[in-house]
Amino acid sequence: MLYAILCYHDEDTVGSWTREQDAAVMQKLSVVQDKLTRQGRLGPVARLLPTTAATTLRKENPPVVIDGPFAETKEQLLGFYIVDCNNLDEALAVAGDLGAANPGGAYEIRPVGLLNPGSLKT
Amino acid sequence: MTDAAWIDAALTSARPQAVGALLRYFRNLDIAEEAFQNACLRALKSWPQNGPPRDPAAWLIMVGRNAAIDEVRRNRKQEPLPEDEPISDLGDAETVLAERLDGSHYRDDILRLLFICCHPGLPATQQIALALRIVSGLTVKQIARAFLVREAAMEQRITRAKARVADASVPFETPGAVERTERLSAVAAMIYLIFNEGYSASGDTAEIRAPLCEEAIRLARLLLRLFQGEPEIMGLTALLLLQHARAAARFGADGALILLDDQDRSRWNQKMITEGLALIDKAMRHRRSGPYQVQAAIAALHARAARPEDTDWTQIDLLYGALEIMQPSPVVTLNRAVAVSKVRGAGAALDMIEPLAPRLSNYFHFFGVRGAFLMQLNRNDEAREAFDRAIALANNSAEAAHIRMHLDRLIRDSQPCGSRISKK
Repeated sequence: MLYAILCYHDEDTVGSWTREQDAAVMQKLSVVQDKLTRQGRLGPVARLLPTTAATTLRKENPPVVIDGPFAETKEQLLGFYIVDCNNLDEALAVAGDLGAANPGGAYEIRPVGLLNPGSLKT
Repeated sequence: MTDAAWIDAALTSARPQAVGALLRYFRNLDIAEEAFQNACLRALKSWPQNGPPRDPAAWLIMVGRNAAIDEVRRNRKQEPLPEDEPISDLGDAETVLAERLDGSHYRDDILRLLFICCHPGLPATQQIALALRIVSGLTVKQIARAFLVREAAMEQRITRAKARVADASVPFETPGAVERTERLSAVAAMIYLIFNEGYSASGDTAEIRAPLCEEAIRLARLLLRLFQGEPEIMGLTALLLLQHARAAARFGADGALILLDDQDRSRWNQKMITEGLALIDKAMRHRRSGPYQVQAAIAALHARAARPEDTDWTQIDLLYGALEIMQPSPVVTLNRAVAVSKVRGAGAALDMIEPLAPRLSNYFHFFGVRGAFLMQLNRNDEAREAFDRAIALANNSAEAAHIRMHLDRLIRDSQPCGSRISKK
């Protein structure tokens, strides 16, 4: 069984870490990740850019693009994609296609800061 | 991360919101700051034992407010208390207060706190010092260090600035749309000043002053989180990130400035560049351009070029053209001329800057750039004259060294041409 582990934290606090504190946390995390990698159990790991870089596409007809992260509480996180795009317009086009196939709800489009593709064989 | 480090980061991040709310209650900066300090002391005692609260800012506001009300009551028994009843039950109060904080108050509190520091009567350096002290919570010692002045001098500067701000009437009503926009642009300008204070450092002080750049980025992100849909705030944040991304490559081991063309681009911070590019990309979709966005777009073109020769100078020329219309200034034209020299040659660039001479006759960069163009045109005697003038006008040794390096580089680059001429 594959499990997704979704990371939540107070962005303000994480943003207030010093470079050294941030590096120390990342270092500790990499120890855990390395162990899973060696065991062939780790899938892609992403550190997302701050929510200030986020855009939300509400899957209405026509779709509505809103600056900022997804902020509603009546919908729940059901899945995610990692897609290679040249710019936000391309990412929004992909989200638009997905939205046409599956209307309702929203997609939050957030640039990925760091990506470790992992070692998982599927 | 240790408890102490976590608490420290939580207190720092909660500070603008907490001090902003306390200022709204007490309408007095000293009381608000003292209340926050008291709350922090209590947090340091309580949080390691009881665990961190769900909403640190709400906790600090409530605890700080109660402490200050007690203090006010003790000191001025005759005066009426602030409107709100003191809240005594910690558990319930936190939820109530957190809900109240989620509203628009929170946004305007932080904006007001930042705006107070932008008092037009304060010189730029005092605005920055005040913001770093009040909003960022840097100690006077840290600020003095970043400004390269003695602690006592900085203490005095901040005290004066505070007194000046206290005398001014700060509007506490919820601002209207026009007022909010005005405040936002004043605050954005102040954040940019903080950044430049750090960015304009010379090699030997860059390390000490880098925290100013980092703090400016933190404040810009904070502002952007409050005003998610403002393209100019996206542009400002992008601009700061893209410029600061080059920090590690800007100075050599000897502390000398390294020009953009000569920087080791592998030392640029890719994470900051990615974030900056994402933000400018997002801003441009609004089709509501502004000076920060244009400057960020210029920085983005430099960031996108893997090698100096890949730089899209044609586009940079166009962007500077747009900036000239938005913010007409001989300095912008001077910068544009550098792009023009790459696209249409030094002759065209020189023609462009000659009319600026009367207005920039005391500006050392003007003579540095002019010298560079003349050098490219093999008018070496005139070039040397311009460089000498630039060095004479330099405001500090770092600026002089910058020009000297420019001069050295051009001499070095022009040598093949020079030898060719001498062979004729």
